[in-house]
Amino acid sequence: MRRLTRKACLLAALGLCAVAWSKAAEGPLRRALSFSSLATSLRDVDAGKIIQALQEMRLRPIRQAWAEFWDIFGPGGRLHPDWFIEHQGHLFIEGGLMAIILVLFFQSGYRPSKEQEEEPLTEREIDELCREWKPEPLVPDIAEEDQLPEPPVIQEWENSHWVTVAGRRALNLTAADFLGLSNDPSVAAAARATVERYGVGSCGPRGFYGTFDVHLQLEQDLAAFMGEEEAIIYSYDIATVASVIPAFASRADILVMDEGCSYPIQQGAKLSRARVFTFKHNDAGDLAALLGRIEAEEARERKPLCRRMIVVEGVYSNTGEVAPLRRIYELKERYKYRLCVEETLSFGVMGERGRGACEAAGLEPGQVEIICASMSGALGSVGGFCVGHSEVCDHQRLCGQGYCFSASLPPYLATAAIAALRILGTPDGQALARRVRGAAAELRAALAAGPPGLVLAGAADGPAAASPVVHLHLDPSVESRLGPRPAVAAALQRVADILLQRYGVFVALPRYSVLDEVHPRQSIKLVANAALASEGRVEHVASALREAAAEVLGGSDGGSDGGGAA
Amino acid sequence: MGVVGEGTRASPAPGAAWYTNWLATWTLAVLLFVGRIRDLLWRGRPRPPKGYAPLTDPQSSFYARRIYGRIHDCWNRPIASAPGPWVDVLERESLEGRTRATRALPPTGARRRCLNLGSYNYLGFAASDPYCTPRVLGALSAGGVSPCASRACGGALPVHSELEAMVAEFVGAEDAIAYGMGFATNSASLPVLCGPGALVLSDALNHTSIVAGVRSGGAAVRVFRHNDMRHLEALLRYHIAEGQPRTHRPWKKILIVVEGTYSMEGESPPLAAIVSLKKRYGAYLYLDEAHSIGAMGGTGRGLCEHAGVDPRDVDVLMGTFTKSFGSAGGYVAGSRAVIAYLRRHSPAHLYAAALAPGAAAQVVAALRLMRGEGGGGRGAAKVAQLHGNAHYMRRRLIAMGLHVLGDWDSPVVPVMVYHVGLLGAISRALLRRRVAAVVVGFPATPLLLCRLRICVSAAHSREDLDYALDAIRDVAEVAGIDYARPAGRLWGLRAAARRAAAAAAAALARGGAGGAEGGGHGGGGGTRSASGGGSGAGSWRGSSSSCCSGSASGGEAESEELSAAAADAHSCASSTAGAECCCDEAACACAGARAASC
Repeated sequence: MRRLTRKACLLAALGLCAVAWSKAAEGPLRRALSFSSLATSLRDVDAGKIIQALQEMRLRPIRQAWAEFWDIFGPGGRLHPDWFIEHQGHLFIEGGLMAIILVLFFQSGYRPSKEQEEEPLTEREIDELCREWKPEPLVPDIAEEDQLPEPPVIQEWENSHWVTVAGRRALNLTAADFLGLSNDPSVAAAARATVERYGVGSCGPRGFYGTFDVHLQLEQDLAAFMGEEEAIIYSYDIATVASVIPAFASRADILVMDEGCSYPIQQGAKLSRARVFTFKHNDAGDLAALLGRIEAEEARERKPLCRRMIVVEGVYSNTGEVAPLRRIYELKERYKYRLCVEETLSFGVMGERGRGACEAAGLEPGQVEIICASMSGALGSVGGFCVGHSEVCDHQRLCGQGYCFSASLPPYLATAAIAALRILGTPDGQALARRVRGAAAELRAALAAGPPGLVLAGAADGPAAASPVVHLHLDPSVESRLGPRPAVAAALQRVADILLQRYGVFVALPRYSVLDEVHPRQSIKLVANAALASEGRVEHVASALREAAAEVLGGSDGGSDGGGAA
Repeated sequence: MGVVGEGTRASPAPGAAWYTNWLATWTLAVLLFVGRIRDLLWRGRPRPPKGYAPLTDPQSSFYARRIYGRIHDCWNRPIASAPGPWVDVLERESLEGRTRATRALPPTGARRRCLNLGSYNYLGFAASDPYCTPRVLGALSAGGVSPCASRACGGALPVHSELEAMVAEFVGAEDAIAYGMGFATNSASLPVLCGPGALVLSDALNHTSIVAGVRSGGAAVRVFRHNDMRHLEALLRYHIAEGQPRTHRPWKKILIVVEGTYSMEGESPPLAAIVSLKKRYGAYLYLDEAHSIGAMGGTGRGLCEHAGVDPRDVDVLMGTFTKSFGSAGGYVAGSRAVIAYLRRHSPAHLYAAALAPGAAAQVVAALRLMRGEGGGGRGAAKVAQLHGNAHYMRRRLIAMGLHVLGDWDSPVVPVMVYHVGLLGAISRALLRRRVAAVVVGFPATPLLLCRLRICVSAAHSREDLDYALDAIRDVAEVAGIDYARPAGRLWGLRAAARRAAAAAAAALARGGAGGAEGGGHGGGGGTRSASGGGSGAGSWRGSSSSCCSGSASGGEAESEELSAAAADAHSCASSTAGAECCCDEAACACAGARAASC
């Protein structure tokens, strides 16, 4: 900054000099300062007398030299100041000044004086610094509050709803294969046939001979199922939305996200480098206020029109709550935003045709610009997909990082998804989805009062009831009694162990990464599925939860508040 | 233009002659100019609804619409068979007359059996295998299609633990963690390893997944020139001495990230030098072996084995299962502490669906084969076959006079094309000759360093490779990409001209005056110039440019003579063809430019 100021001062001074010079050359100063005054004084010298004196001194060579000199410098001579001025000689001087100004202007930097400049480090000093530097270990020790018991391993897998864990056959409430479509013989048969025909891996990204006919088929089927123009498939669920967001937002653009969004959305927002705004979780009123604020801000700063997108999850994976999509849609239309909905946990279950939370909210296909979902949900396979206008999908085929720069989905997983999608589209599939929705609502209702010490996340009725994912948080009073996070985790783990060993119900305890900016509360997660929809199972699970929670959380002094909650 | 400008800054590959660079730049300039004109006249992209900004930035999509759009039939070609040595490529509708520049082309239903030089099927595990496939089917019965849950939340199966133990043993690390996607392996592990306050020194050609991972972690990144150890050391010294920018606190840690084999170059980093650097300066090393695991080293254990480096000296060994092992997913291997931390905090472990059991079983079976536990030593033979094929391919391509990049053992064999305008022609011509190879341009490579990339597989037989080489030779000759051929094409024009001039000078010199240089080479060049200058056109052009070739330095002329002498019989025979068909536009333009510069 200081350098710039100095440079500017210097330039200004030089400019002033140049102006003064040009003024002086024209004005009255000219006579006093310029060459003409010099010329007059030269003219006044009596040349004849000098020549005569020289002649008298008989110094011929000197006389001759003087005559030659006078021819050049005398009046009419080539180097006489008058000649110089007549022939615009001042232009040379001004040109020279201009050149100096330009040189100064284009100089890379103004060097401050020696005292201010730091001596660069010598090689020896750098060696010394390198020796001194002590790096931290590559990974820190896992913090005490982050230490968790080993996650459970499925010892025997019967189907996606019945597994053996820790020696106990149990109802699996961890898998997101809600409808159990991957258990269908046609799905398994399709996968097996493809493995025999195509092998396992695709051995290349989509661009480089990694596009299989079955990928195209799956994309077509997905688009048809969702009623959208086109679909695009990714080879992994968390890479889907994390690639989609950066494809449609960059530095100048605006992303408005729910503050409860899960990590892949956070990562996508970070990768896009867009301006990110968050609104209160599931609070459409706060969203409206935020959009208004942003609009006012943009208008005040006269920013050019940029791409603006609202990103929400249909069913929030961290809480199981359902987004108020109808309200969000109205706001997006009013403020001219595009909407991206992550439907991983709602696709296949919610909505009359199983198209997800958007359909359940009464939105038509095409009204939401971008819908992403995982295929490790209702489709019982692996991968992710995104549906929307063909322009949306086309652009991702060039700019979706997880699409362009990753090996494509193994073909057998694509055929499994095709077979599952086929079932999902039939009336049987829709009836199955209805039953799962019913079971989820029933489970929610049964847990609404809360097992002792546990609180249901989200509402138990209304549109949220159909959410197939149920999170049970610890009651804040119990949580404060238990103390630090490891104790909370241990308590929940005990509940899960009792559920598994005594009641044959396998539930998951979600864990969160240090990278996650949301820090959700610890919970027990239950995923409603087709097996839960059988007669009496919901009641079994609910009573098992009540008893296990009462034993672990309702103990000692907590008996009263446990009883109160029940 | 921002996007376009970035690519042109990269220095051209060694060996590209000035006129090649000049012509490539010229081609690109014409394409850009025409594209801009078309943008002015036609919109070429859908109009956004009122009040919305366009979905895609017209400036950043310019390259896609106006350059990629002209040749996008060369990519995304669907296939309808296993990606083995031969593959059924589905034919698609023609690019002609399409209004939407980059819209996917619908298949016509016809198929074309092609030799597969595009898939990363290095060890030949892609197609169904008598050892692996039954095990995969077994895993499908035992674990279903997918656990539909994350590893940390009830999706863990015994096959995952088995896979991780085998991978750790195979690469020589204490422990390993497996993920369901190669891209996510980098993009979910790197942010856990390097957060704010850490410095990542990344090779200039590192893969996008590494860039995504580092960026989402929030670490500072400095890029060192590709495989340039002096630059890496200079950066290490500078940044350790200077500390973090603005705060000048010392960096928390420095992570050097390199790839085992660069996918567009086929080159490997000097691992031993990197290890000694990282030890000297206390940095950590992250080695992405996506393309080198299974393919490099005598038993396929990756770059460490190839370079003779103890794998424990590399802090993090990352790799994928999608290439050599013909499956899906990736792994990270390293010390127990690192892997435990990743298990606790990596998003791909906590939030993403677990690796499909079928894919895991495929890798387990492939690793068993590689260790020689089944299939009667087929695994070890695969690596030897792959290296043999790679050597053979490279040797023959170099002998053809093509500019070939990469290490000898590397299965990635890039052939430089330089001209963006030639990419489409080469790819289509090869496909017509039933060879499915990949051409690569911007953004995977710099704009002026377009190339044809050949992936060699252990499943290719010698006949397969010969078939491919025949097709490539023909296409290369027509396209004129045999830049290094001693007597081919443009070079042949100059050589023919020089020889004609030398012969003429020698004839004149009999009279006694001057012509020292011409006389010196008269004996060698004169005999051959009889064939070179045989055709009228050739000799005419020769005389027109003889003035500049006459002034060429003796050293250049001599080296040319040497290389001409080293050329084998077939290139000698085709040198006449080269001189005859020099009425090619490129040659004319170049000869004209040379004449003008005189």
